[in-house]
Amino acid sequence: MQKVIRGKAFVFGANIDTDQIYPGRYLELTDPHEVAKHAMEGIDPGFVKEFQSGDIVIASTNFGCGSSREHAAVALKAVGIGAILADSFGRIFYRNAINLGIPLLVCPHIHGLVRKGDILRIDLTTGLVTNETSGATAQAQPLSDYVMMILERGGIKPMIKKQYGQKE
Amino acid sequence: MHAIEKILAEAAGKESVTTGEIVNCHVDLAEVNDLYLQTIRSFYEMGGKKVQDPKKITFILDHYAPASTIQQAENQKQMREFCREQRIELLFDVDQGVCHQVMADHGLVYPGMVLVATDSHTTIHGAFGAFGTGVGATDLATIMITGKLWFRLPEIIRINLEGKLPKGVYAKDIILKVIGELKADYAVYKAVEFTGPAVKTFSISERMTLCNMTTEMGAKTSYIQPDQNTFDFLKGRVKRDYKIFASDPDYLYGAEHSYDVSKCQPQLAAPHSVDNVHPLEEFIGKPVQQAFLGTCTGGRVEDLAVAARILKGKKVHPGTRFLIVPASKGVLLEAMAKGYMQTLVEAGATFVTPGCAACLGTHQGILAAGETCISASSRNFPGRMGHPKAEIYIGSPASVAAAALEGEIADPTQYLDCTGISFLDTDVHRLPG
Repeated sequence: MQKVIRGKAFVFGANIDTDQIYPGRYLELTDPHEVAKHAMEGIDPGFVKEFQSGDIVIASTNFGCGSSREHAAVALKAVGIGAILADSFGRIFYRNAINLGIPLLVCPHIHGLVRKGDILRIDLTTGLVTNETSGATAQAQPLSDYVMMILERGGIKPMIKKQYGQKE
Repeated sequence: MHAIEKILAEAAGKESVTTGEIVNCHVDLAEVNDLYLQTIRSFYEMGGKKVQDPKKITFILDHYAPASTIQQAENQKQMREFCREQRIELLFDVDQGVCHQVMADHGLVYPGMVLVATDSHTTIHGAFGAFGTGVGATDLATIMITGKLWFRLPEIIRINLEGKLPKGVYAKDIILKVIGELKADYAVYKAVEFTGPAVKTFSISERMTLCNMTTEMGAKTSYIQPDQNTFDFLKGRVKRDYKIFASDPDYLYGAEHSYDVSKCQPQLAAPHSVDNVHPLEEFIGKPVQQAFLGTCTGGRVEDLAVAARILKGKKVHPGTRFLIVPASKGVLLEAMAKGYMQTLVEAGATFVTPGCAACLGTHQGILAAGETCISASSRNFPGRMGHPKAEIYIGSPASVAAAALEGEIADPTQYLDCTGISFLDTDVHRLPG
């Protein structure tokens, strides 16, 4: 797992729900490449055109609240998101994203320290976030040992497969 | 320990647990709905061959009931095939309704159980003293393979409800008031328990509405201590033994809030956030093109009853579409038997197949740009029921029915001459069939 992440920031506000991350009318899609085409479409229809693999999403409080749809995390994983930092996360989205191996960091007040297009450097081990464009720094809450273990194994799928995968 | 902690401790095979601890719990029932074909994909991606226990898994086809596109039909087909291959007998097809109501109707929910579903509103099962929580597809697939899932023991918040509901005010108004004050992220990673004399008088339907909506304040789960109301509902439905857990008297809550419900008036959550709550009277006269009554939040027999009461012998306003979606087949059958359907259809309502319908903007009542909808459902996010430039006001079933009658937001109390829920005789509704 990459322990240091560097990328361009896309900034969103508070209470960005999973309907905005992935609108309900596309829920019947199941192919991750198709799902990816609609990432963040409910709030920023131009997002997928601008976003490049490795870029970072910043949000205020309660990012990913609302529906349990895994499509929201699948869409962001499939566009190659580097990490998501927010003041806080909706709990089901948090689990879904970690399960897919997306680094998610709770970083109080991060929303006020970043503007769209800023280049960020995130050290997952220490939780130190540096805004290379402005020089500002922030301290994210450290990932719990359990979450770090899931991320280090590339998400919960390889982890469960190794532990429980049925041979028969 | 709190009852929720005792439930999780027992499911994890531990004597005791503490807030913040991560435990791996046996899951008593795992439910998958038809938005989540990814559950089956993840099951195979993780090396799954046979589900750990087919009796503890249920598939409920509710979000696309019945399919409107070829892709939806294909997804449902694959789910039916998976159930057949895996010998999962608890498959509820498109005639049955919203997963949460279906599970309650069919006696699959009981106090003290751990119930996990691919639906955020699984908090609703706190109304029965169960631990219910929503997850995504891959977590659910993990349960299918291992029979277990990890949980972090949540901090628990107590919301105490005192007093008696005034005329035309319902549990939905109370929970909107609470969310408006505490806000949409107040209970993230936490659990919410409802206590107090008002809760004791609430029917199971009203309790389900309270617990359902805790999701909109971010809660992981919710809880109401089972009492005689609960046992009366469960009798004849639940065919197995269950254990009642109770919190220790010295348990210390993370926070406590108390509300006097007798002072509450009808409330609405205005666009575009469920915590943007104001007294309904601020919006009186706002035209609505659609009134939506249904879903796991507001589609039960009591909800149809109050709508029938308001519209009996009257007509839905010609400028408004009044969509009614019974939460389940059981609800539909009882609403038919009691004449509510007859009343509502004669008044001009449009009935939709029991299920989630337009609540999440997938089908059966989508909104156009510039339209306004008043809804008894749970969410008014931008684009939730269709176009992002449509507006959704969330309110009680009575407020929805009053708006359907007037073609604009109207005070429901003027049509109701009795207090709150007490005039209803529908606290216990029958099993389907």
